[in-house]
Amino acid sequence: MVKYFTTKCDINAAWDHVVSAFWQRYPNPFSTHVLTEDVVYREVTTDHRLLSRRLLTKTNRLPRWAEHFFPAGMSRSVYIVEDSIVDPISRSLTTYTWNLNHTTLMSVEERCVFRDSAEQPGATQLKREAWITSGIYGFSRPIQEFGLARFKSNQVRAMKGLEYALSNLQGETPQRLLRGSVKETSDVAKGAPQSLASTASTTQNPQHYV
Amino acid sequence: HLFGFSVAAMNSVGEACTELKREYDQCFNRWFADKFLKGERGAEPCADSFRLYQRCVQKAIKDKDIPVDGLDFMGPNKDKPDG
Repeated sequence: MVKYFTTKCDINAAWDHVVSAFWQRYPNPFSTHVLTEDVVYREVTTDHRLLSRRLLTKTNRLPRWAEHFFPAGMSRSVYIVEDSIVDPISRSLTTYTWNLNHTTLMSVEERCVFRDSAEQPGATQLKREAWITSGIYGFSRPIQEFGLARFKSNQVRAMKGLEYALSNLQGETPQRLLRGSVKETSDVAKGAPQSLASTASTTQNPQHYV
Repeated sequence: HLFGFSVAAMNSVGEACTELKREYDQCFNRWFADKFLKGERGAEPCADSFRLYQRCVQKAIKDKDIPVDGLDFMGPNKDKPDG
């Protein structure tokens, strides 16, 4: 069973600025859990797209109940791979991000697409999707709920971090750059942290892809 | 520092590689905004600093046994349905 979550929001900045800020979003005051960042692959294709793979290391902060699932002495760092394609002709940035280790406890896969907003000239639409699974027998549902709640709060920090990077590039004071809506497929997401972008929120029927 | 911001640099996963990473990132960010996004085509960007940086970081990844080799580009499940 996979827990699926999706949001859409507009970022009040031009696509060129957003994609430039994307590469420069770390470090920022909202991402102190990101320890390292490296490019491990990069290529410009003949059709002028930029392919990149980055490796990130993050701290793995866990609630006490989750410590139970961790053998003593196991690495607490989480390795994250972030693949991306920048297409300056169609003006899209697509990213695919997932964790490399601790995947039995929880696996989070995220796809983001940044493109010109259809509704607001000069703004950028971000569509974000996440798939959360857990392989801990008998506990997968509460762990997925925890994962979804943390994904949402991390998403707020990620957007604040991107705003911060945009402000640095544009020489402005950080400001609210977002408008948007949140959709999720969830049966027990009440009480989860609200996203920065969640001016409108709807709950749909559960959709399970596995 | 432009606009009075002190722009710190991220660490590399290889402690010895952070300075090489910083040099490459600076070169890349300039190329990305000034050339790539403007449609300019040409040689691979920042090839020399990338080579030096990669030599360092790939060794660190091997030493730390980080399982980044052989992964499909754009993820294990790129054909997931849209929401």
